Amino acid sequence: MYTFSSKLRTFAFILMVLGALGVGYSFFTAPSTVEEAEAIVAAGHHGGHGEAEHHDETAAEAHGHDAAEADAHNAAEPATDSVVVNHTEEEVAHTAPDSASPVAIEEHADTLAATAEAHHDAASPTGDAAEAGHEGHAHSEVAAAHEGHDAHADHDAHKEHAEHVFHQLQNKPWAALYVAALFFTLLSLGALAFYGIQNAAQAGWSPVLFRVMEGITSYLIPGCIIVFLLLVAGVLHFHHLFIWLDPEVVAKDHLIQGKSGYLNGPFFLIRAAIFMGGWIFYRQYSRKNSLLQDEATDNSYYKKNFKAAAAFLVFFIVSESIMSWDWIMSVDPHWYSTLFGWYVFASFFVSGITTIALITLYLKSRGYLEYVNTSHIHDLAKFMFGISVFWTYLWFSQFMLMWYADIPEEVVYFKMRIENYNLPFFGMVVMNFVLPILILINTDFKRLSWIVVLAGTIILCGHYVDFYNMIMPATVGDQWFIGAGEIGAVMFFLGLFILVVFTTLTKQPLLAKRNPLIEESKHFQY
Amino acid sequence: MSNKVLHVLYNDDDILMDAVRRTRAAHHHIEEVYTPFPVHGLDKAMGLAPTRIAIASFLYGLVGLSVATAMMRYIMIVDWPQDIGGKPSFSYIQNMPAFVPVMFELTVFFAAHLMVITFYMRSKLWPFKQAENPDVRTTDDHFLMEIAVHGDENELVAFFQETGAVEVKVIEKH
Repeated sequence: MYTFSSKLRTFAFILMVLGALGVGYSFFTAPSTVEEAEAIVAAGHHGGHGEAEHHDETAAEAHGHDAAEADAHNAAEPATDSVVVNHTEEEVAHTAPDSASPVAIEEHADTLAATAEAHHDAASPTGDAAEAGHEGHAHSEVAAAHEGHDAHADHDAHKEHAEHVFHQLQNKPWAALYVAALFFTLLSLGALAFYGIQNAAQAGWSPVLFRVMEGITSYLIPGCIIVFLLLVAGVLHFHHLFIWLDPEVVAKDHLIQGKSGYLNGPFFLIRAAIFMGGWIFYRQYSRKNSLLQDEATDNSYYKKNFKAAAAFLVFFIVSESIMSWDWIMSVDPHWYSTLFGWYVFASFFVSGITTIALITLYLKSRGYLEYVNTSHIHDLAKFMFGISVFWTYLWFSQFMLMWYADIPEEVVYFKMRIENYNLPFFGMVVMNFVLPILILINTDFKRLSWIVVLAGTIILCGHYVDFYNMIMPATVGDQWFIGAGEIGAVMFFLGLFILVVFTTLTKQPLLAKRNPLIEESKHFQY
Repeated sequence: MSNKVLHVLYNDDDILMDAVRRTRAAHHHIEEVYTPFPVHGLDKAMGLAPTRIAIASFLYGLVGLSVATAMMRYIMIVDWPQDIGGKPSFSYIQNMPAFVPVMFELTVFFAAHLMVITFYMRSKLWPFKQAENPDVRTTDDHFLMEIAVHGDENELVAFFQETGAVEVKVIEKH
C-alpha cells in the first residue's frame, strides 16, 4: 500500500494556494472598464517604446520600407484630407484582427497593423514634419478601412478598438484558467485512453502499471466537473471565451448564424455532459472491475473490462473528436480543420503517457513499485517518443495543408499565430518534437530515469503551450502574456492533480493481483 | 593443432543457450554458433558486443537531410528562384514547409538504404557469395557451436558431450 508522503501533500497544498493567489490576482487586476483597459495597454507599451528608441538603425530601415508601402497605398487610393492625428501610435498598432469581423477586414487590418507598427518605431526618436505627414496617411488608411472617409471615422474606430482590447483583457484570467483546467483534465483522459487501449489490446507488459493509470484517471472526475462549470459559466455569460455564445455577436455574424444549429448553449452543454459522463462512467466501471478481479475466483471481471475497454474506445474516439470541436475549435468559430480532433488527441494522449511515466518513476524511486523494471520505463519512453512524432505529423499536416493552399478563411488561423505568437507557436514544435526526438531516440537513454524525467517535463510543458496556442489567440489575441494568471492556474491545477491522484493511489495496493497477464508483466524484459 | 575445431550439434535452443553459458564459464573460446532462426539472448550469452548499426543509420539520416536541404535550396532558391503559384522563394525558411516532404523522405531513404548496405558489407553478404554453412542441418532444425581446439582434445569432447549435444565432431579446418 502506498502512503501519501506528507511532504508531497504539503507541496500540493502550497501549489494550490499560490496558484489560487495568482489566479485571484489576475482576476483582480483585469480591467472592469474600457478606460482601465486603455490605461493598461498604454502602460504596457511605454516600456516597448523605450526599447524602440535604442534601435534607431532598425527604426530607420523600417521607416524606409514603410514609406514605400504607404506611397503604394496612396497611389491606389484617392488622397483624403481627413488627417486627424488624435491617435497615439500604440493604438493604431493594435488594430488587431477582430475575430468577429469578416475575413476581408482582418486581412486588411493585418497589413495596416504592420505598417503602423513600423511607423511607431520611426516616430519615437525625432518627430519631424515628414513623419507626421506620413502618420496621417497611415491613420486615414485605418479609418478608411473601417468606416469610410468621414472625420468621425477615427473616433469610432478608436472606440471600437478600445472595446475590443477591453474584452481581450477581460478574457485573460478566464482563458488562463480554462487552458490549465482543460490541459489537466484532458491529460487524465489521455491516460484513460491509454488504459483502455492496454486492456483492449491485452498488453502483456503494462498490467503492473494499471493501478498507476487508474490513479491518474481519478483526476477525471474533479477535472471534468471544473471544466463543465467553466463551460456553464460561458453559457451564463460570466466570461466571453466563446464569442458564439454572445447573442449580439451572433446577430451581426452570418457565418455563426449558419452554425447556430450546432453551436448553441444548451446543446453545447448537453454534449459536454454526455461525453464527460461517458468517460467518467468507463473510468469508474473499469476501476471497480479491476479491483473486483483481485478478489475473484475466475476471470469474469477481466473479460468485462476487456469488453468495456473496446466499447469505450469506440465512444472515446467519437466523443473526443466532437469535444475538440466544441471546447477548443469553437473559440475560433469562423475557422475549421478536419484533422483537428486527431491533433488534439495526439497532444493530450502523449501528455497522458508522459504523466504515467513520470508518476511511475516517482513511485519507483520511493520503492513502491517492486515489479516495475527499466523495460517498463523503456516501453513508456518509446510511447512518449512515438506519439510525440505522431503529434508533430498531425501538427505539420494541419499547418502545411493550409499554408500551401493559402485560402484566406483557413489561413488566418495560422497568420494570427505566426504574427502574434511566434515564439510559443514555433517554440512548441521544438519542445514537442525536436527535443524529444533527439533525447529519446537512444535506447540506453530511454532506460535512464533522469533522461525520461527531463524529456517528460519538456513534453508536458510543450503540450501546455500547445493548448495555450489553441485557446489564447482567439480569446485574448495579441494581449497574451504568461504571467501570474497563467502560471497560477497551472500551479493550482497541478496541486489539485497531485492531491487527487496520490490520494487515489493510497486507496488500493499498487499491484493488480489476479490480472491474467500480471505474471507476464512482472517478468517483462525487453 | 590450431586448425582443429569442434563442431557440437544441438537440437534445442534452450539446451544450446545452456551449453553456451557453460562453455563460457569453462573459458573455451566459441568461434561461431550456427542456428536456423534467431535465438533470443544468444548474443548476450556469447558476450558479443552490441551492434552499432543504429548509430550508423542515424548518421546516414543526417546525411540524407543535408542532401535534401542543400538540393532544394540550390534548385529552388539559389539557382532559379521563380514565382511558382505565389510560393515565396526568397529564402529557404520562407518556403520550407513545401520542402519538408522531400526532406523527410530523403532522410528515411538514406537512413534505410545505407544502413542495409552497411549491414551487407559488414556481414559479407552479396549475390553469388559462397555459403559458409558447416552442416546443412543448421538451416533446418539443428544448432551448431564451433569451438577451437586448444589443449587436450579428448577432454574437450567429453566436456561438450555432457552439455546435451546430439553430436560432437572434430574437424580439420583448412
